[in-house]
Amino acid sequence: MTLPSRSALSKFQASILIVVVLAGAALAIYGYSLSNQAPPPKTRLIVSTTTSLYETGFLDELKSKFEVKYPNMNVSFISQGTGLAIQTAMRGDADMILVHDPAAELKFLQGGYGVNRKIVAYNFFVIVGPSNDPAGIMGKSPSDALKAIRSAGLNGTAIWVSRGDSSGTYSKEKSLWKAIGLDVQQLRTEKWYLEAGSGMTATLKLANEKRGYTLSDTASYLLNLNNHNIDLVKLVTSGKSLLNVYSAIVDNPKNVNMTKANFDGAMQLIRYLVSDDGQQLFADYGTSKYGNPLFGPYIKLVQSKSDPLGNDPDQLIQWIADYAFFEASECPQQFRYQAEGLYSAQAPVTVLSVCLPPTLEQGKTTHWTQSLKA
Amino acid sequence: MDPIIEGIIQAVNLILTGDPEVVSITALSLFVSIFGTLIACVWSIPVAVALALRSFHGKRILKGLFNAMIGVPTVALGLYLYLLLSRAGPLGYFQLLYTPYAIMIGQSVLVTPIIVSFATGALESVDPDLRTLARTLGASDLQTYSVVLGEAFWGVVLAIMAAFNRAFAELGVAMMLGGNIRYLTRVLTTAISLETARGEIALSIALSFILLGVVMSLSVAINLARKSSQ
Repeated sequence: MTLPSRSALSKFQASILIVVVLAGAALAIYGYSLSNQAPPPKTRLIVSTTTSLYETGFLDELKSKFEVKYPNMNVSFISQGTGLAIQTAMRGDADMILVHDPAAELKFLQGGYGVNRKIVAYNFFVIVGPSNDPAGIMGKSPSDALKAIRSAGLNGTAIWVSRGDSSGTYSKEKSLWKAIGLDVQQLRTEKWYLEAGSGMTATLKLANEKRGYTLSDTASYLLNLNNHNIDLVKLVTSGKSLLNVYSAIVDNPKNVNMTKANFDGAMQLIRYLVSDDGQQLFADYGTSKYGNPLFGPYIKLVQSKSDPLGNDPDQLIQWIADYAFFEASECPQQFRYQAEGLYSAQAPVTVLSVCLPPTLEQGKTTHWTQSLKA
Repeated sequence: MDPIIEGIIQAVNLILTGDPEVVSITALSLFVSIFGTLIACVWSIPVAVALALRSFHGKRILKGLFNAMIGVPTVALGLYLYLLLSRAGPLGYFQLLYTPYAIMIGQSVLVTPIIVSFATGALESVDPDLRTLARTLGASDLQTYSVVLGEAFWGVVLAIMAAFNRAFAELGVAMMLGGNIRYLTRVLTTAISLETARGEIALSIALSFILLGVVMSLSVAINLARKSSQ
């Protein structure tokens, strides 16, 4: 054996050299990629949101438009299922949420985690399935369709694919089964009922492979249809129970987990979403790519009484109020915080015609009358 | 068209045209994983030296533990670190969650057992006579270790390479700690996951080819360097 010390040392030097070169290369590459973006000091705003909204690409467009208007803002979207998105915000890791699950939203508000809920957009869920439609649900009401799918499923001629996660879509599905007196806990033990346990695209693909039926948001369905990932067809497309309503909620800055949350930034984004610019963004998105819009802008619907998706606007406004309002308001007084002007932008006429929440005090009712006049 | 062929065409296109988003995603992946691996080396190599060349109580248990932790699921590790780094968690003060540094920290923890175990193996395989020889020639502890490390050089490099490959190709930590934010924490694996979820299969395939290309060309480069040095 030879004495290795010289060669050993040179190898050691070589290893240091490699490390330095690699580190230098990484820094150079990363520096180069950063220099393309030329970052001025920006305020960071983290929005946790649902996968179905993010996967449409709408939020990327929202980010770029919003940041052009407010160059000091840097918006980061974290896309998760609605359940996880809300959890993330509850831990204070997001500054606001953009979700579509009214029941979960109410819990978020009542838990003291959120303030200033604003309904921003809507569309409809669709029940999709194979073109030969073995359960014969084409054109039926959502309830009748699900009943038909179940009986066909029990006969072994149809399959249902469920999201089976904590998404808003899954919440909707559970409520649809509940409406016809069926419990998902029981259904999931039955052979024709499959749980994908993953995102909308994965679920649609599974339904496509199994030639099954599933519930999807319009945007995800059109996206996958356009990409030729699926050849399922829309079978049930309207009905009050298929309504899908997107809301934004800001972290409650008084919550102990959320003291570091960027309240001002979140308010800025929420005000942008309900502004004419923001609403137009919803109204236009998807028209060029899919031939028809993916979202209906809610504020515009209330103000101009017109629905780009082609429904009767008055009926639609009432449906949204029935489905997504709490105590007859999109955000009851006790859940508002420094929200000047946010709720007077549109007059909630339909709400006032129903009833005023009993908890309202004298001073607060003036707000309502003002919004009626506005 | 067949998505695989379409993916290959798109991959070539994206690379040749230097699509800025793909370039920045790839650069961020390299940046995060290289530094994550290097940070891990800072503590992993001394630990490996200690495990291989010193004798102390509980050494075998420790070795077994590092071996067992090689296979830790990335999502599980991601979850624990998420709870640590979350604003409501013990390290929330530093506001690291959803930044590239969080991914870097996570990956450095993830690859530590790989470097420790593989490097320990490489160091142990060096002829023990070499140490005795160095000692008899009057080498100090530190000098002896550097002699053994030099002899096991390529074994240690391979350990670091394996660690880098694991960091570069993992998804769970990058997704949970980085949040897959466009232009900020989107790395190759999270981008592939997102584009698959979006149904953009061809783009996913293109991105996966870039990932494979980097991993393979690094391995080839290391092998060439090894051959030429021998």
